[in-house]
Parts: sequence; C-alpha cells; structure tokens
Amino acid sequence: MEQKTRAYEKIWLVLIMAFFYLPIIYVVFFSFNSSKSLSTFTGFSLQWYEKMFANRTIMESIWYTVSCAVIATVVSTIVGTITAIGLSKSRKTLREAVNQINNLPMLNPDIVTAIGFMLLFTSLRIKTGFTTMVLAHIAFCIPYVILSIMPKLRTLDPNLAEAALDLGCTPFQALWKVIIPQIMPGIISGALIAFSMSFDDFVISLFTTGPGINNISIYVYANVKRVNPTINALSAIIVYVITIVLIIVNVVPMIRERRKKKDEQLQNS
Amino acid sequence: MVYPYIVWAVAMILLPMLMIVLYAFTVKGNSVLTFQFTFDNFVRFFNDPVFPGVLWRSLKMAVITTVICIAVGYPTAYIMAKLKPNSQAMMVLLITLPMWINMLVRTYAWRGILSHLTISGEMKVYIGMLYNFLPFMILQIYTSLSKIDPSLIVAAHDLGADNRQTFLKVILPLSLSGVVSGITLVFLPAVSSFFIPKLLGGGQYVLIGNLIEDYFISTGDWNFGSAISLIMAIIILISMYITRRLDRQIGEEDD
Repeated sequence: MEQKTRAYEKIWLVLIMAFFYLPIIYVVFFSFNSSKSLSTFTGFSLQWYEKMFANRTIMESIWYTVSCAVIATVVSTIVGTITAIGLSKSRKTLREAVNQINNLPMLNPDIVTAIGFMLLFTSLRIKTGFTTMVLAHIAFCIPYVILSIMPKLRTLDPNLAEAALDLGCTPFQALWKVIIPQIMPGIISGALIAFSMSFDDFVISLFTTGPGINNISIYVYANVKRVNPTINALSAIIVYVITIVLIIVNVVPMIRERRKKKDEQLQNS
Repeated sequence: MVYPYIVWAVAMILLPMLMIVLYAFTVKGNSVLTFQFTFDNFVRFFNDPVFPGVLWRSLKMAVITTVICIAVGYPTAYIMAKLKPNSQAMMVLLITLPMWINMLVRTYAWRGILSHLTISGEMKVYIGMLYNFLPFMILQIYTSLSKIDPSLIVAAHDLGADNRQTFLKVILPLSLSGVVSGITLVFLPAVSSFFIPKLLGGGQYVLIGNLIEDYFISTGDWNFGSAISLIMAIIILISMYITRRLDRQIGEEDD
C-alpha cells in the first residue's frame, strides 16, 4: 500500500503521537517540580524522588509488584508448558474443553474475573493477602502461556519425539532435549506476556489482596485523591525503566543484525 | 500431564464464575447449605431510581468511545499503512511503547493536564478512555490494512477506479475485519472500566464498574454486587455475539 503521504497526513500522525506522549512527558516533567503543584512549574528539584525512596509503603508496593510478577511468571510458565504439551497429545474433546475454560478469564472483563476470585477465597475462608494475589495472578496468566505455546506444538513434527525415543532417549530426555528446545520461542513469549500482565495488573490485584499488601497500581489508586507528587516520581521511574528495557529489547537485535551483516561482508570479501 | 491443570482450572476459573451466579441468585444471610433461589437482586437493580441510568450511561459511554476510536483510529491506521516499511515499523513501535506503562499510571498522568482545562468530568472521562483504548483500535485496523495485497489496489486503478472508488470498494471492505476486532478490544474494557471515571471524572461520574466495586469493597453486599456484574456480563455476551455475527457477515460478503 506504499504511497506518498501528504503534509496534512503527516501532521495528523504527529498530533496522534503528541496525544499519546503528552501525559507521559507531563508526568516526568512535573516529577522534577520543586513545589507540590501539578499545574505550575516552580523550579527544579529532586525532592519527590527522595521522598519516594524514603516512603516505606511505596518501596513495599514495588517489592510486592515485582515479586508477585516473578513468582506468577515462573509458576505459570512451567505449568502452562507442561499442560500445553499434555494437551497437544490428548483427545480433541478434552483439549476443546480446556480451551473453553481458559477463554473465560481472557474474554471476561477483569472486574468479573476479580470478584470471582474474591468470592472463592472468602467462601473457602482463605485470608486474602499476598498469597491469594499471587494465586490469582497465576490463574489468569496460565491461559496466556498455553495460548502462546500451542501454535508451536501444532507445527512440531511428531516424528522427532519418536526418533529420540528410538535412539534410546528416556521419555523425559526426549521432552527436555527435543521438544522443549523446539517450542522455546513460544515459552519465552508466553513468559513475557505473563510477566507484563502480572506487573501491570490492577483490577484483579485490588480484589484479591488483603490489608496492607499493595502493588504499585493499588498504591496509585489509593493515593490519587490527595495531591501527592511522589506518585509523579513513581510514575516517572516506571517510565524510565520501561523505556530502557524496550530500547534494549529493540536495539540489541538491530545491532546484532548489523554485526552479522558486517561479518558476512568480511567473509565475502 | 493435563489432569493437574484441569483440577486447577475448575477450581480457579470455573468455580469462581459459578460462585458469582450463586451469589447473584441468593440474598445476604442465606447460608450455602440452605440457600434459596431468588430474583430479588435483579428486581432491586431495575427498580432502583439510579442504577438503570448508570447501566445506560455505561453502555452509551462505551459505544461513543468505540465510535470515536474508529473515527480517529481508522485514518491513523490508513496513513500508517501508506508509509515506507521502515517508518511503519517505527510507528507501530511508537504506539506500542506507551502501552507497556501501567494503565493506571497513564490515566493518572492525565489528571495534571486536564486540571488546566475547564471541561466537564464527562469530557475528561472520554479523553481518558480514548487515550487508553485508541492504540488497540489503531493496531487492529493497521494489521488488517497492511495485509491487503497491493496488487488488488493496482488492479482497481487499472480497471478505471479512482482513489475514492478504490477505497470504498476494495480497501474498506477488506479492512472491516480489523475494525470488528478493534471494536471488541475497545468496547469490552470500556463498558466495565471503573478506574478511569474514578480518577478523571471527579467522583461524581459513576459507571457500572464503579457500582460493582462499591458493592464489593465498600458496602460489602456481595450478592447484589454479583447480580450487577452478571447483568453486565450478559450485556457483554450479547454484544460480543452481535459483533461476531457482523464479522461473519462481512466474511461471507468477501467470498
């Protein structure tokens, strides 16, 4: 569809980008404000960053967010991988049934999934807190992991596993040395989805956590009523971390590609 | 290898959904052993002077948000698809980048800017919704546009169609599937959204999601809260069904 774009079309794209980036730039800018105001900039200061790092609740919320995301990612990736491999070998009706159940949390609005967990935990008299939040995160992450591994398994040659067994592998070796490496890209993308889903989650965490256990989102939600510029500093730090990670993720492959091309040119010459 | 997960999925996914239904059809004080089936919660919802209005407002808001997302997102995706391949990849990256930042943090970020403007709380909520959901719409439409075989457009021109005709008869029908999947990605979260109105609407602007949150977290009337979310889930199911049929109809017209 490549065509010439007109000037007004380019302006339109710039406006859309401005819309997307304006609030992010605004928050980063005001995180350096010397006063409490969120609308007038009175001078440069790092006091909100200092206050943020000194605030125990914020530091704890960062810790809970990261540790919950790490546990949820590890568990859901392992369980999801095992289940996906099992599903690829099971009867079609069973596979369909599991897929239908997995669709529920993916299609339901978060708030419905969230109150479901809350009702479950309280009816079973499980005290809500960090554990219940992690359990809920694991539960909503696994379907995404399975979903990202299944296509890789479908294209896998079934003869490979048989060949490995014929050549004297134990079933476990065949799984570990033949099947897992083949579906690794699916496992990695599943783990990445799980991590970002868990890290960004607000709604499900809000309903499944207990008193005193906040993640970053819940902290922001609970503290926006008062003017609180430490949240600007917290938001700005999230922006920095994500920008750095995304630059690395996007730039490293580019550099690698370039180096590869250079090597090829050297070899050819 | 599958059975442990099946047990888990039944306990952690299916059972919670059944609990919502169970709570919605019982009233407080009923114990699990002696519960009585009742429509009381639903009767209460629809007889309330405020709640049906809130439901209507949420639906209206979600529909309008979806329409604005299409109106703004379609031209954006269309211009993107006309760029050089490198610039296209760059644009996709630029649009995805902010999506990695927590939705709540991004919504919070708007508060400062919107405090400069003297607009109604409703307008602010619309801006917040557009901001959160527009990227989904752009990316869906862009994906379907970039899949169109360029030779079809060349063929249309060769056969004497002008730009407008080519767009209306070739490009638009082929990109409608992207619009439909964009609709599901925008409409669903927009109906149930509760932190956007809470953060930007100044507290007076209540949507159905806020009602559910209040009944679960503040009031503690879980039966009534479950009934409200069941009503919402049913409405979402119906609208999903309609969109899917629309999608299928478009697919049939293509053949």
